[in-house]
Amino acid sequence: MTKPQEIDVIKPVGEELPQEKFQELESYINSLETTKGALIEILHKAQEIFGYLPRDVQLFVARKLGIPGAEVYGVVSFYSYFTTKPGGKHTISVCMGTACFVRGADKIIERFKERLGIEANETTEDGLFTLKDVRCLGACGLAPVVVVDDKVYGRVKVEDVDDIINTYRREGAAVC
Amino acid sequence: MLIKSLEELSQIKQQYTHKISLRLQRDTPTTEKHILVCAGTGCHANESDLVIKRLEATIKTRNLSDKVKVIRTGCFGFCEQGPIVKIEPDNVFYVRVGPRKDVKDIVDEHIIKGERVERLLYEDPQTKERAHTQEEMAFYKKQQRVALRNCGLINPEDIYEYIAVGGYEALGKALTQMSRAEVIEVVKKSGLRGRGGGGFPTGLKWEITSKQEDEEKFIICNADEGDPGAFMDRSILEGDPHSVIEAMAIGGYAIGATKGIVYIRAEYPLAISRLNTALAQARELGLLGEGIFGTDFSFDVRLKYGAGAFVCGEETALIKSCEGKRGEPNYKPPYPAEQGYWGKPTCVNNVETFANIPMIMTKGAEWFASLGTEKSKGTKVFALAGKVNNVGLVEVPMGTTLREIIFDIGGGIREGKKFKAVQTGGPSGGVITKKDLDTPIDYDHLLEIGSMMGSGGMIVMDEDDNMVNIAKFYLEFTMDEACGRCAPGRIGTKRLYELLHKITSGQATMADMDALKQLAYMVKDSSLCGLCQTAPNPVISTMKHFWDEYMAFVKDVDHPQGEGRYVPKNKIGLES
Repeated sequence: MTKPQEIDVIKPVGEELPQEKFQELESYINSLETTKGALIEILHKAQEIFGYLPRDVQLFVARKLGIPGAEVYGVVSFYSYFTTKPGGKHTISVCMGTACFVRGADKIIERFKERLGIEANETTEDGLFTLKDVRCLGACGLAPVVVVDDKVYGRVKVEDVDDIINTYRREGAAVC
Repeated sequence: MLIKSLEELSQIKQQYTHKISLRLQRDTPTTEKHILVCAGTGCHANESDLVIKRLEATIKTRNLSDKVKVIRTGCFGFCEQGPIVKIEPDNVFYVRVGPRKDVKDIVDEHIIKGERVERLLYEDPQTKERAHTQEEMAFYKKQQRVALRNCGLINPEDIYEYIAVGGYEALGKALTQMSRAEVIEVVKKSGLRGRGGGGFPTGLKWEITSKQEDEEKFIICNADEGDPGAFMDRSILEGDPHSVIEAMAIGGYAIGATKGIVYIRAEYPLAISRLNTALAQARELGLLGEGIFGTDFSFDVRLKYGAGAFVCGEETALIKSCEGKRGEPNYKPPYPAEQGYWGKPTCVNNVETFANIPMIMTKGAEWFASLGTEKSKGTKVFALAGKVNNVGLVEVPMGTTLREIIFDIGGGIREGKKFKAVQTGGPSGGVITKKDLDTPIDYDHLLEIGSMMGSGGMIVMDEDDNMVNIAKFYLEFTMDEACGRCAPGRIGTKRLYELLHKITSGQATMADMDALKQLAYMVKDSSLCGLCQTAPNPVISTMKHFWDEYMAFVKDVDHPQGEGRYVPKNKIGLES
């Protein structure tokens, strides 16, 4: 009989993530009048601080609130706004609202997937781009809409996709 | 400074009337000008911010700062033509204004020389004529703005502008001159029904909550607009946040709540920031907080952010999410009015519903009830989008026909294509075809023709759209957004999507069509909440109206039953 596999011990909180970010999160939680019903608010704040919600952060929140880690994970995985993976340098969001869809957003996201070699909600290997399919951005007059970080591209055509990617690739190269 | 009585409010109103009188009373002779620029999300995305900055800079260099003011407003509704710039008191409406030459020409030609910049006026695509005033534009002719009354008129970040157009008078009147029951009576008499989609009578909801005997009650504003292709709630919050806050306070007084919550999508940063500004200003003037208008009524509002879950638009799921949990819906009863937020009586109304309340209180229930149809009173805001010429927000009296909205206001179908169908009510609705274009739109008529009001999204499709693909698109959405709590919602929507995928990839047999239909009705009948009860609607209605398009995918495939020998197993036929 083989020995039972050693179970991964939960790593000490904050071993790899910067300690000061945990402190920032902790002081935010301490500043709340009550933590009753505040889990989602806290997770919003945590994601703002860390950029994503890795396991350590979720466990930290769970311990701080005195609730099971599973409950925190249950909430994180339920809502699409929360992510457990770090994002790329640039986030490309393709609006998949109905107005954009009927004006060809499906073809645009396909082209992005093809050109970047990733699926939606994945990050390119070089860490430059994260591709997202998002629900209605509410700019239906500009359909189909693509947003890169904060910059909005309206009435996008499939042919425009390469140009959009190249703009950020060039910018990345210039910085290096 | 705190406002402690209606008199003090009216003094402030007098004092600030000049701020907006230019925009309201156009015949007053003046050399001053107001340049209104849309700062809603649509125009914002189209560089309206830059237009504003350049306008301000140009005005400064021309030494016009004393006479000319640039004002950021909420959405004008005509998103297709953004960024929109309106000059008052001249009532000139410029469209697609760019930040460079256009800005320079507006200042040099219009403001300084007094000549209109013709090329920036809206050109009617049919008559090729330029519209000289907003009212001349076909897009605005049939509209009547009640919920959107202040969007595009006032600066949403300035409470004094809201007060100058009569803001907070309704709250003052309710608190100082009316009993709680009287307020509810007015709302009941107005016939206002919930604008979030269900159409439940608002006054009745308030009455039920007010009758609960509990020390603590809550009033919640549902601002979790998740319907793809609908943006009216966001536009109201961005363009007129005070009207929602004022209405929540009136509702709080009526039902006996001292705490209000706005549950808002985290993806709406502009709306969140405008709401926060508005809340701070209202608190500063004592219009929120302790002893409002010198009465013993105290009320305050806080925000709770959603985190991207369509199901949270459903009121019991929304309440769970407010409590920091997964947004899973509950069986009703008990209704939130009996047991809601933390088990306390809770009244949940949608943004647009609230936006109507101050007008009902000031203009009266009879006035509101005189608009619309017999069973659906007032107006409704629609987000008109898709293959239509004039994309934008449209507010019309209930009972306006689809033809008027799509062809008169919407300017018809893009690129001269043929109209095929319109999807109302978002993923929960159904498609409406040519034969029903003349149906007056209200809650009941839409249900009769196999669709629903929903939040008011209206997506127009032309001859190029394949309706099976559209149904698949909606199913993919509801499958993703189903919360997973009940089996029909969790598994049923997934299987429906898989069947649609099989059909569109040319692999399906007639047996699959049969399965699709049966499953659609099964999911509809057995799901826990509204999301999945209505999820099969796009499938059912496209099968009903566009059976041929399904068959086009199926007919080339070898299938056991053979084409044409298909016999539906269940009783519900597909013929209309």
